[in-house]
Amino acid sequence: MSVAQSRAGRATVERRATAPEGRIAGGQRPWGLYILLGIGLVAVVGPFVWMVLGSLKTQGELLASPPTLFPEAPTFDNFTRLFERADFTRFFVNSTLVAVVVTLANLLFCSMAGYALAKLDFFGKRPLFGMAVATLMVPTSVTIVPLFVLMGKFGLVDSYAAVILPFAAGAFGVFLMRQFMSGVPDELLDAARIDGASEWRIFRSVVMPLLKPGLAALGIFQFLATWNNFLWPLVVLTSEDKYTLPVALASAAIGQNRSDYGLLMAGSVLLVVPVIAVFLALQRHFTQSIAMTGLKG
Amino acid sequence: MTASAASAGRRRAPRARSRLDRHVPGWAFASPFAVILGIFLAIPILASLLLSFTSFNIGNIQSWSSARFVGLDNYTQALTDARVLKSLRNTGYFVGVGVPATIALSLALAVGLNRVVGAMKTVFRVGYYLPVVTSIVAIAVIWRYLLAPDIGLVNSLIERVGIAGPDWLGNTKTAMPSVIAIGVWRNVGFDMVIFLAALQTIDPALYEAAKVDGARGWKLFRFITLPLLRPAMLFVAVVTSIAYLQVFEEPFVMTQGGPVDSTLTTSMLIYEQGFRFFNLGYASAIAYILFVIIAVLAVIQFRWLRPQS
Repeated sequence: MSVAQSRAGRATVERRATAPEGRIAGGQRPWGLYILLGIGLVAVVGPFVWMVLGSLKTQGELLASPPTLFPEAPTFDNFTRLFERADFTRFFVNSTLVAVVVTLANLLFCSMAGYALAKLDFFGKRPLFGMAVATLMVPTSVTIVPLFVLMGKFGLVDSYAAVILPFAAGAFGVFLMRQFMSGVPDELLDAARIDGASEWRIFRSVVMPLLKPGLAALGIFQFLATWNNFLWPLVVLTSEDKYTLPVALASAAIGQNRSDYGLLMAGSVLLVVPVIAVFLALQRHFTQSIAMTGLKG
Repeated sequence: MTASAASAGRRRAPRARSRLDRHVPGWAFASPFAVILGIFLAIPILASLLLSFTSFNIGNIQSWSSARFVGLDNYTQALTDARVLKSLRNTGYFVGVGVPATIALSLALAVGLNRVVGAMKTVFRVGYYLPVVTSIVAIAVIWRYLLAPDIGLVNSLIERVGIAGPDWLGNTKTAMPSVIAIGVWRNVGFDMVIFLAALQTIDPALYEAAKVDGARGWKLFRFITLPLLRPAMLFVAVVTSIAYLQVFEEPFVMTQGGPVDSTLTTSMLIYEQGFRFFNLGYASAIAYILFVIIAVLAVIQFRWLRPQS
């Protein structure tokens, strides 16, 4: 379905769904519905607003009962403490480094594998795809124990490699890229083959440019997933200077800073706000491709 | 979505090459993924099963061969271990309440949102999706502050109407429901987006036809919308259940499993046994028990919700 078609289809659905039902009083727009959805929206977005407000309050104000809504004397003191005393600059850099490397690796490896699975024929193709889909079901908690043992053997415990390598080519990404890839017409590839182009050349010059929406979706998805990844980095990173942001925030939250809500809210802002900014800028790609994997999967 | 997705053709191009040659490009393209999948996922999954039959602990990490084979001991110990059973019950509680709640709420939101037009639709969709893209650790930290007994926003709002709010996370009765509510709060947006996409594929002519036959409101939903949402329902149910069965971050950050193990989940216990006590063999056995539960539940859901053709 083209975007234009689906928009037109959606518009019809909406018109027909709202218009003929007589229950809506007073006009075209279902105001009651808007109010309900609006209350829900406040409940969803409110905690994030509370986080930002909290990060700007003094420790005294944060412990006030009942709590104040707006900071009485807004201060960046919590952020100063976060960066100067708690070394969150370092954790921010670690998180960014790991997320960027994992994302780039996935963009390359998943689109390569997606190309092979959608457009090339080779021995063992079906078992490979079957295995990829099957592993999507396996819980992380099943693999972390032997993965830790394996990393111990490789001497990689407490290294950046340990948090990057296992995620460098995810099965979900391959699945997603295969879906996008199968929409590229075979005739196009065959024409290039007849012209004598190698498979790598075809992949790079014909397929990849057509795949930009898919790559954008995978890139956003993978960056967010890696940025937020928690359990495995928690397990395998043992020295504090290698911590990623979620690990650092969690250890602050359950350690000696557990009641230092100012520091914790500032840390949450650092972890959450970049992600929300990326998501708001690129949300169109994101929700649509998620919906697509759901419908086709 | 691009023009690509729907018109997916699967025709193979005729290729004139020798037999072995034919497989080379495919494997060349697939090999980085195949290697990573093999080393970091397939082998660990199998190794996990082997580990679960051994006494593997911290001392064995350097020399694997020194671990003792103990047969089913880890499994018999796990299934008689009161904390394991407690964690399984807690996880079951989380899934049993959390999954239906998430699905019901997200379906209601999707149906509502499907009637909204224009820019407001994007605002709602993006807004409800925000927690999905946010770190669970941050969410857990924020909610712990919101739910704090004296200084938290939630209790101060409740006190406005004259009721004294409980110590949500510090009380054995309210700790798990709070953790579940936060799980629902975080995941509702994901399921909603899936349902919304599925709703938009339903042909409006079906509703028109049913209305001609006199069907209204709830009946339209029950006999047209719901049956046509089956594939989406299956996807959402399986994905949400698998995620919830592994719940870890929320209790880890908010309650550390307490009070008195009332929010101790199986994933937390695996973490504790594996990486605090380094009973890696025992942790693997518990992980496999969880894995079997996840697989069985997924199979049941596939049977139950499979599209009827």
